[in-house]
Amino acid sequence: MAFNYDKYLRLDKMPTLWCWGCGDGVILKSVIRAIDACGWKQDDVCVVSGIGCSGRFSSYVDFNTVHTTHGRTVAFATGIKLANPDKHVICVAGDGDALAIGGNHTIHGCRRNIDINLIVINNFIYGLTNSQTSPTTPQGFWTVSQKAGNIDPTFNACNLAIASGASFVARESMLDPKKLERVLIKGFQHKGFSFFDVFSNCHINLGRKNKMDSAMKNLEWIDSITVPLSKWEKMSPEEQLNVFPTGILKHDENAKEYCEMYEEVKSVQQGKRKVITQADFEKKI
Amino acid sequence: MAREVISSGNELSALAAVDAGCRFFGGYPITPSSEIMHEISDLLPKVGGAAIQMEDEIAGIAAAIGAAMSGVRSLTATSGPGVSLKAENLGLAQMAEVPLVLVNVMRGGPSTGLPTRVSQGDVRQSRNPSHGDYRSITLCAGNLAECYTEVVRAFNLADRFMQPVIVLTDETIGHMHGKAVLPDLEEVQNGIVPRKVFDGNPADYRPYGVEADEAAVLNPMFKGYRYHFTGLHHDAKGFPTEEIETCRKLIQRLEDKVMYHTDELELNEEYMLDDLTGADGEVLIIAYGSVSLAAKEAIRHLRAQGIKAGLFRPITLWPSPAKRIKHYTDMIKNVLCVELNIRQYTEEIERVSGRLDLEGLYKVNGRAISPHEIVTKVKEVF
Repeated sequence: MAFNYDKYLRLDKMPTLWCWGCGDGVILKSVIRAIDACGWKQDDVCVVSGIGCSGRFSSYVDFNTVHTTHGRTVAFATGIKLANPDKHVICVAGDGDALAIGGNHTIHGCRRNIDINLIVINNFIYGLTNSQTSPTTPQGFWTVSQKAGNIDPTFNACNLAIASGASFVARESMLDPKKLERVLIKGFQHKGFSFFDVFSNCHINLGRKNKMDSAMKNLEWIDSITVPLSKWEKMSPEEQLNVFPTGILKHDENAKEYCEMYEEVKSVQQGKRKVITQADFEKKI
Repeated sequence: MAREVISSGNELSALAAVDAGCRFFGGYPITPSSEIMHEISDLLPKVGGAAIQMEDEIAGIAAAIGAAMSGVRSLTATSGPGVSLKAENLGLAQMAEVPLVLVNVMRGGPSTGLPTRVSQGDVRQSRNPSHGDYRSITLCAGNLAECYTEVVRAFNLADRFMQPVIVLTDETIGHMHGKAVLPDLEEVQNGIVPRKVFDGNPADYRPYGVEADEAAVLNPMFKGYRYHFTGLHHDAKGFPTEEIETCRKLIQRLEDKVMYHTDELELNEEYMLDDLTGADGEVLIIAYGSVSLAAKEAIRHLRAQGIKAGLFRPITLWPSPAKRIKHYTDMIKNVLCVELNIRQYTEEIERVSGRLDLEGLYKVNGRAISPHEIVTKVKEVF
């Protein structure tokens, strides 16, 4: 039986404002399918988005939805989650949103390992606002703010998330929605901060000036810069520099989750246990 | 029954929040407000709430707004530089109509200013911290007890008007230790007026589809009423729109929901004003916040010396008590405004009184104004 998306969509908000051929819709469907697979009730899910094309994600899906200020998704989500630890919180942000203006919140969300799922829809450009350089724009690409070619080094978002302490880190693209869905399910079910770097196309505002002026050409480029982790691991260090590994890059099921640790804080303050010490944590230096 | 406690202004602000039903705090350390976070970090987990020190001021208010969106009474606390950083998200809370209390323990500014010294330099900022049209509600505590009672009042007003309410205190009363007489806990708890909720059919729910002077009716999250929060102009269900009339009505409503109901907000202290008649030589002092403590002592000295003086002290600064100020400034010729800034509230008094001959005593060096300085000024100018 075909999957019924209608239950999860705000159909009166269709069509989306996303351009013809945009990958965001594909990612939206994978997210919906993953939520459905997790068996989460719509009332128990909160979707938080920021500013940019990805920011509109929250208005199209029928959950508790919050469209916040630019870059602050994880900060808002932290309040929602900590005040409602038994609910499910999903952040959807863009590459500019999560890695530039909101970089600090991304880092500290990862560090706290709070049970929030952050999906970064990474299209390598500020698409909504007409092609300004983003932290993931490849060097040498044309952008409207760097017409001579982008000289800014590129962020590897997953490396940032791993280094910051996220306990689940994965990279996928919208080229394989079923694989994306499987990875999302694993991350959603993981107790801790789950970080997803999801490559998407923007043939309109990334592609048109960078020799990828159709969705297909943009997708072919994404295909050319991604390899499955198992294959990537066998590559030479030089080869590895030019491509991004996809799949689950980190999954630490033993990392302490923030809301659970906060329950310990409550126990201390309520006199049920002694103060939390270093011994309460597994030391991993 | 009242409670007598020995405490500091900052600790009382934290206690007030918890007594008023606040169950979430998001903040970031900043002098001279940090003690609010220190205290509430102990208090909230005791009652099942949560306090979190976030990575920056922006995240502090964002987390608090997030919790408030979910239906939990939430607090953030900071000082001037922090308000500057929080401004954008204060605007989101105005636009999306999210109730929130922000305590600003004022220090010297602009910029890093005088972190450990007193000021009232954020009074003008508190009127419009963020861009765009909306009406800020700002209360100003003038003594230790009001660090408690004004925070309690702020929580009820935030839920009544569905928007952030700013409580201004300052370094002097924030760090002042002393006796305060507080209302009984039961009285505070009985006085809690929670936000309105819609309990009909979810299909009929229009969170922002309210009358032209009413606040949004935002149900808690996760209870079967799914809607949308956004900082964009939005329709009755909270979804982004550019429809001309909807946009106009929304912003006009943000103005009118406050300005049509200022009677519910106004709170003033009128100290030794009842025997003033408008006769020659009488002096009206207008001051607020911790400065009013010095003003009251100055008035007692002036009266002992035969000068009939009284204090008008707005406790709700924004919207200003325009009619009451006009009443007194029409009646009394000699008016002295005393502020720890340069004319920030005097300009509002000029606006509502229509007078440009007000005298002022302003101090911006991080030191409190003494009663002696006020007495001297009164004798000098009148």
